[in-house]
Amino acid sequence: MSDEVKIRQTVLEILGGIAPEADLAALEPDANFRRELDLDSMDFQNFVIRLCKALAVHVPDRDAAQLTSLKRCIDYLR
Amino acid sequence: MPTLGADMEAGTLVAWRKQPGDVLRRGDTIAEVDTEKGVIDVEVFHDGVFDAILVAPGTRVPVGTPLATIRVAGEPAVAPVAAAPAAPPAPPETGEVRPAAAVAPTRPLPTPPLYAPALDALGRLRISPSARRLARELGVDPRLVEGTGREGAITRADIERAAAGEPAAPQVAVPVTPAFAPPAAPPSADRQDRQGHQDRLDRMRRTIAAAMSRSKREIPHYYLSTTIDLHAAMAWLDRENERRPPEKRLLAGMLLLKAAALAIREAPELNAVWEGDRVVVKPDVHLGVAISLRQGGLVILALHDTASRSLDDLMDGLRDLTARARAGRMKSSELSDSTITVTSLGDRGVDAVWGVIYPPQVAIVGFGKIVERPWAVDGGLFVRRIVTATLAADHRVSDGHRGGLYLDAIDRLLQDPEQL
Repeated sequence: MSDEVKIRQTVLEILGGIAPEADLAALEPDANFRRELDLDSMDFQNFVIRLCKALAVHVPDRDAAQLTSLKRCIDYLR
Repeated sequence: MPTLGADMEAGTLVAWRKQPGDVLRRGDTIAEVDTEKGVIDVEVFHDGVFDAILVAPGTRVPVGTPLATIRVAGEPAVAPVAAAPAAPPAPPETGEVRPAAAVAPTRPLPTPPLYAPALDALGRLRISPSARRLARELGVDPRLVEGTGREGAITRADIERAAAGEPAAPQVAVPVTPAFAPPAAPPSADRQDRQGHQDRLDRMRRTIAAAMSRSKREIPHYYLSTTIDLHAAMAWLDRENERRPPEKRLLAGMLLLKAAALAIREAPELNAVWEGDRVVVKPDVHLGVAISLRQGGLVILALHDTASRSLDDLMDGLRDLTARARAGRMKSSELSDSTITVTSLGDRGVDAVWGVIYPPQVAIVGFGKIVERPWAVDGGLFVRRIVTATLAADHRVSDGHRGGLYLDAIDRLLQDPEQL
């Protein structure tokens, strides 16, 4: 499994856990999912925590705020 | 049945988590109750022994109805009785057996004929302030008491009779004022178990409507706002978060919550509840945090002892509260203990929010989103992160001058973030 596929799958799984009612299949790569899925600051922080844990990466606080679309997550993490 | 917020009229007992004969400690979860906010864990107020069950699972009862009796530690033993809601044991008259979770008469209410409660022209219950106070002291729900005074008004004697268990109240039908129309009671427990998502949402919308209508009708709000420079607070927060792993990072909102709680020491009368005809100032600050639910609606949950806990502890507490609120697993104390509310529409929202006070509280603080704005300091112009803080407060309890001191105290606290 390529990094890109793994990152994409991990991001979608985590988003699905935070916003169980969301239709993630319809989420565009460029879409700001904070806005699309109505994630508040606590939701977004939980997303970053789980992402770092799942991929065993460290994301500094100043970078975390930009992880707001599938594409940005993939570009930053792969 | 405890009051889990000003907007609650009735609840359904879902399950007993303890059984007669069990030893109970203050704070233990004794039962689960279903409300429009989800399933709530009902906690006990006293150490003691579970004496008897008075309400069977699946039963919907009005707020104030005793659910069970607890023998308080140190009192003589009473034989534990198995669940028998139709024929409960007669508890002693002297009140040493205390009902669980709701301060209410210790005997089960008999089922009398229905009656229409006496309402005045505004649809409010006819009851004197002193009778209302007595009802509160004795744990009687005045809406369930038949009034014998002028035009059916409820008197102190009516309340005393109700507390002694003489007259009474229907077990299921809840007579209420028109403004507080309760969620329609489903016809059976079975049906209620299968209640759909939409149904719960409808009920939540109605209860929010009832509480907010009551607030706007009864509370003379006054409003203040101030713009706070967050330069020092955000610089401190950025430094802290840069050296912390994600799970230990603090949200900017935590600094605002803690400052709102600490500032109460400068205007303690804002941390209070209005009890019909007087204000009761609360010694501890349990900040109510408005948490929006993903499926719609919101709940206000108490972040206990907000002023005395560390930011890290509060952060963990808020994370836990938010998760459980959204999963529909809250505790009764979280729903009933808050003493002043903070509402914040988050970092994608609006510049300012003007709150509607959550009765019986007397103030609500609002924080808008944190934004960069041009800001003058000592004759120079800078770009600073700022936030608009607002206060809506009850004019029966405080005046704009005091409210202004409170907002100013929040501002000063945020200029020195290390003391938060």
